[in-house]
Amino acid sequence: MKRAFEYFIEKLILLSGIASIIFVILIFIFLLREGLSLFAATNPLEFLFGRNWYPISDPPQFGILPLILGSLLVTLGAIIIAVPLGIAAAVYVAEIAPLWLRDILKSGIELLAAIPSIVLGFIGIATLAPMLKAVFHLPSGLTALAGSIMLAFMAMPTIVSIIEDSIVSVPKSYKEGSLALGATHWQTIYKVILPAASSGILAAIMLGIGRVVGETMAVLMITGNAAVLPTSFLQPVRTLTATIAAEMGEAVAGSSHYYALFAIGIVLFVISFVINLLADMFLHRKVK
Amino acid sequence: MVKVKINNLSVWYNNQPAVKNISLEVKTNEILGVIGPSNSGKTSFLKTLNRLNELYPNSRTTGEVLLDGLDIFKQVDKHLLRKRVGIVFALPLPLPLSIFDNIAYGPRMHGIKSRKKLQEIVERSLRSAAIWDEVKDRLPVNAFKLSGGQQQRLCIARTLAVEPEVILYDEPCSGLDPISTLRIEEAMRELKKNYTQVLVTNNVKQAARVSDRTAYFLMGEMIEIGETKDVFTRPADKRTDDYITGRFG
Repeated sequence: MKRAFEYFIEKLILLSGIASIIFVILIFIFLLREGLSLFAATNPLEFLFGRNWYPISDPPQFGILPLILGSLLVTLGAIIIAVPLGIAAAVYVAEIAPLWLRDILKSGIELLAAIPSIVLGFIGIATLAPMLKAVFHLPSGLTALAGSIMLAFMAMPTIVSIIEDSIVSVPKSYKEGSLALGATHWQTIYKVILPAASSGILAAIMLGIGRVVGETMAVLMITGNAAVLPTSFLQPVRTLTATIAAEMGEAVAGSSHYYALFAIGIVLFVISFVINLLADMFLHRKVK
Repeated sequence: MVKVKINNLSVWYNNQPAVKNISLEVKTNEILGVIGPSNSGKTSFLKTLNRLNELYPNSRTTGEVLLDGLDIFKQVDKHLLRKRVGIVFALPLPLPLSIFDNIAYGPRMHGIKSRKKLQEIVERSLRSAAIWDEVKDRLPVNAFKLSGGQQQRLCIARTLAVEPEVILYDEPCSGLDPISTLRIEEAMRELKKNYTQVLVTNNVKQAARVSDRTAYFLMGEMIEIGETKDVFTRPADKRTDDYITGRFG
């Protein structure tokens, strides 16, 4: 009796353990099944590199190049803003801020992570978009740049906390050794601490990118949603995620439009997977 | 000649005294040994001499330390002070860089850029620390690949590279085997020609072997200071006698 009970418990734990893997596999299979149906009628290359996304015209055109470029542009902008700011903030919190301020800043950063993205989205619409419109004399402030700035704020908490952790875990001896030779605090940070924390910094950047690529609602609200090939940051764009969110409700189940949205899902899945893999590699890379 | 003069120095951590009202002089080109059991304030005393103690947020210092007659807390820039008063730590702690870059790090931070000049400094420093012959063929190798004794001599060389006037040692041989210890002691004797050295050690015999004068610290107070041969043969204080003869500590 006791034996049987042990056996049952063990198997139950095993099942919970592998549940997450099973879910990932099931999701991927589902995505593939639905998404790949598209390619019965549409050439995969035309799908990836087609310049026109007209899903409901006749005949429909399913080219997601503008969406991919839209996602890349917004992500690139967000990373360009968030990484230097994130490194600077992390260095300040970990190295420079006095103890009492450090705790306040850390909880502030965690709080930033707790703001729902939709809230950031409408703050963006209400304040950021009009500001950009006025500053750059644009017809509309809803642009790739607006999306990048909003997303930079969303990625910041992840980036700052991971970089801060990796700075704090740099051995104290490096810092003391450097200062003991008469190097200044800044020289020590720049020449010793940041290089020693570099794998953590790279991982933080990758995870930040992952967060930005996958973000949907705020981007949908603030980037202007025009599925055209982007040529500048001051132009409305549409991302992969926003396309799915905006069109899934009206796509007829079983139509090629419906399958095309799932195919976009596959593309997103692959991108996130690669990014997480890279982040993991950086995070676990041992310093030689 | 007095190189460093310490007047009524006290150090507190969280208002707990670690060094209590110590006054002593370090003479130019001597090796001053500081012995005493754990918690006697030796390391705190040492780290105050180049203001590294300030890195600990709850530390507080009173009293005066004069380097060549100038108050190190008021009249000397702390980065310049740390260049002039170098320190070698208890554990060998190279930076995560190549052997060459570990030595060149200090000079670079003080503005030396010329590759040729840096090469000269690296060779001279490694020679003075008696490790040149062992590493000359593998300067680009990561410093962590060296043995513990070699790493410690590398750290001495690193300290020498910024051309200090005073070198502080904080139990430099505590993790090393007798042969590495011997090498480091030889290096110290050799360095006497050009440098003033303060050696904090848990190893009483080491102080007897290398130091010219010896100070005995106990519970943050200095019990006794004098010529090493006097301190070891006829100590003035009974507590010193107990410690060096092994009845205590």
